[in-house]
Amino acid sequence: MAKHKTPLLDQLESGPWPSFVSDVKQEAEARAKNEKGLDYQIPVDCPEDLLGVLELSYEDGETHWKHGGIVGVFGYGGGVIGRYCDQPEKFPGVAHFHTMRVAQPAGKWYTTKFLRDVCDLWDLRGSGLTNMHGSTGDIVLLGTTTPQLEEIFFELTHNLDNDLGGSGSNLRTPAACMGMSRCEYACYNTQELCYNLTQEYQDELHRPAFPYKFKFKFDGCPNGCVAAIARSDLGFLGTWKGAIQIDQEAVAAYVGGEIAPNAGAHADGDWGAFDIQKEVVDICPSQCISYEDGKLKIDNSECVRCMHCINTMPRALRPGVERGTSIFCGAKAPILDGPQMGSLLVPFVEVNADDDYQAIKDIIEGVWDWWMEEGKNRERVGETMKRLGFGALVRAAGVPFDPRQVQEPRHNPYIFWKADDVEGGWDRDINDYRERHQR
Amino acid sequence: MAFISSGYNPEKPMEGRITDIGPQHFDKFLPPVIKNNFGKWLYHEILEPGLLVHVAESGDKVYTIRCGAARLMSVTLIREVCDIADKYCGGHLRFTTRNNIEFMVETEEDAKALKKHLNDQKFDGGSYKFPVGGTGAGVTNIVHTQGWVHCHTPATDASGTVKATMDEVFEEFTHMRLPAPVRISMACCLNMCGAVHCSDISILGIHRKPPMIDHEYLDNLCEIPLAVAACPTGAIRPSKVEIDGKSFKTVAVKEERCMFCGNCYTMCPSMPLSDKEGDGIALMVGGKISNRISKPAFSKVVVPFIPNEPPRWPTMTKTIRKILDAYAKGANKYERLGDWATRIGWERFFEVCELPFTEHLIDDFRDPAYYTWRQTSQFKW
Repeated sequence: MAKHKTPLLDQLESGPWPSFVSDVKQEAEARAKNEKGLDYQIPVDCPEDLLGVLELSYEDGETHWKHGGIVGVFGYGGGVIGRYCDQPEKFPGVAHFHTMRVAQPAGKWYTTKFLRDVCDLWDLRGSGLTNMHGSTGDIVLLGTTTPQLEEIFFELTHNLDNDLGGSGSNLRTPAACMGMSRCEYACYNTQELCYNLTQEYQDELHRPAFPYKFKFKFDGCPNGCVAAIARSDLGFLGTWKGAIQIDQEAVAAYVGGEIAPNAGAHADGDWGAFDIQKEVVDICPSQCISYEDGKLKIDNSECVRCMHCINTMPRALRPGVERGTSIFCGAKAPILDGPQMGSLLVPFVEVNADDDYQAIKDIIEGVWDWWMEEGKNRERVGETMKRLGFGALVRAAGVPFDPRQVQEPRHNPYIFWKADDVEGGWDRDINDYRERHQR
Repeated sequence: MAFISSGYNPEKPMEGRITDIGPQHFDKFLPPVIKNNFGKWLYHEILEPGLLVHVAESGDKVYTIRCGAARLMSVTLIREVCDIADKYCGGHLRFTTRNNIEFMVETEEDAKALKKHLNDQKFDGGSYKFPVGGTGAGVTNIVHTQGWVHCHTPATDASGTVKATMDEVFEEFTHMRLPAPVRISMACCLNMCGAVHCSDISILGIHRKPPMIDHEYLDNLCEIPLAVAACPTGAIRPSKVEIDGKSFKTVAVKEERCMFCGNCYTMCPSMPLSDKEGDGIALMVGGKISNRISKPAFSKVVVPFIPNEPPRWPTMTKTIRKILDAYAKGANKYERLGDWATRIGWERFFEVCELPFTEHLIDDFRDPAYYTWRQTSQFKW
């Protein structure tokens, strides 16, 4: 027998898509039955009270969580999002309902052993509810009480060999696309670079030392499966130099209808037979592809590596062999100054595991040194770039100026020059001027 | 409920503490076929909705079955996922960047058996537990946020709006019949956690009333200059009020300059603004992240307000359906929703989607707003 009536939420049990309401209810039932005989460390009816407070929000059209909440574990300045219900008498099971962010493996591959261990820990000491995963990438353990935080952290580190993720004005949990683990497009090992930098900058992740939050994301190619260009302050998008690798026999197989275009992604639509001219040549953004006499030709010097032809004919075309990553800086959501996508800072850098990615770390640390000094309180690096200029960022990163860094040159003539760069400097005497020009 | 210690000693909190170990190395979790062919994949195919095969240089194949998930999930459900992975996949699985679940097997036969098994699993309420799909040119899972389940600043709910929307577009999750993939995202306030600023269709919680001010508490709970600095339009200034003969330091909000972003409440608990009638949803369209053919693009606001209608948000889901249908009918193969709207012109987009155009949709935020107006005589009647 459910503790609270939830007539509104009950309507979200029907329909085909997996119902979170049904799932929370099954968790509530499992806790009530308690077949394992656990001595639950937070109220057994926590999931039922969550449904209760959510039903109340559905009636009121307003959230019932109090503002903020500052909790955590000793040694760290983040990792836990504190939360308290604003109706604790009605819903004591969620009076405390803190979220713990748990660092996830790059690419989100798991063994059932690991997930079961996390579930066992969370069953006993938390609500039994999770998010798989938070938008930034963390495993999100949703709902526990303050006294359990250190206990969970102790078990997590001592028994599961795993750390918390990030929150606050610091380096947040980095995330990567699945990269080389199961994709033929990956131009570098996104997961390894993600793991390496996460470990390298553990201090920056756990102890907020920045003006505001800062995120890394790692995409293996310009398709952007982890959305690095939109959702990270420094986004790494794999790319290549030189020629796209072409297998002309496979091109012929596509033209002959033996292989479905785009790996069969449009199979349920009525799009007719594959037309290489219409579907590849004509919509190449740089118009650098031609198909003549049964041969596909690409003028690679004009290619912008948008991935369209490769995506459309993955068995015939592959990225070039000289591979690395581009680095984009400054993506953020609208608050405060408007949304930004990452702007191209470094067109190409090698992803070199042999020297522990030093070239990439130099760029990261250059950007951080500058932004930590110049960034205002709660100013994302994207906004610091807008305030102090893209040139300041380029100099901070220690990389050369490059026309690739702009979509177009400026159209206003409000150009700053430094005194040292101008012949004769800026120290001038009005009397000299008057000798040539009467008042 | 007796307290059970983990071994942590609150008397000596720093003793035996392990820190800064980060996540585990992903290598520990890879299935053998993935580990053996890491970085050596040749090509892939989508065999049917939700079922992919990747072929390696060695000739090895791995079949992936992708299924939907609600993101908010219980340990009971995760354990069911583990049972399936133990039975079919040697104890391995992964989650995608859009919070779907992927199971990997090594033969097509096993893949089809697993697909059937996944589609057979249902909750007591009748919904699928693990609907297979989310591949190719269809609608996949909705990246979303906390809503009324956990957050203090939302203007709507996340899990509810997402369930209602996915029920409406479910056929597109299990089919690949659209011109290109359609990414739908959801954020419950305009902090825009997640991907609504860069998705084909975005659901965004918005407010329409300025904050209330809890004058008697504000100075005790808030750093006033931070609340002032939190306002993108400069609507907030420090102020003093007198209540029952007592003077309080507080803030004043110039209401005609407030566009209800809620950022001051994020910084100052004494400025709440949520409101049943005022709050609701804006719809945005035309964003993308990939660099395929066209550049990445922001989503644009095309519906300024739809009321919150829990539990199923019918006006919102019907409007999304209408946009999706117009796109499916009008766009060329490979054309993302934003590319289609740009090609036909936004005036035509509003016409074919039967959406009213209102003043709210014209940008008026600072200098860049000018660049969104039309400085050409080129337009369609």
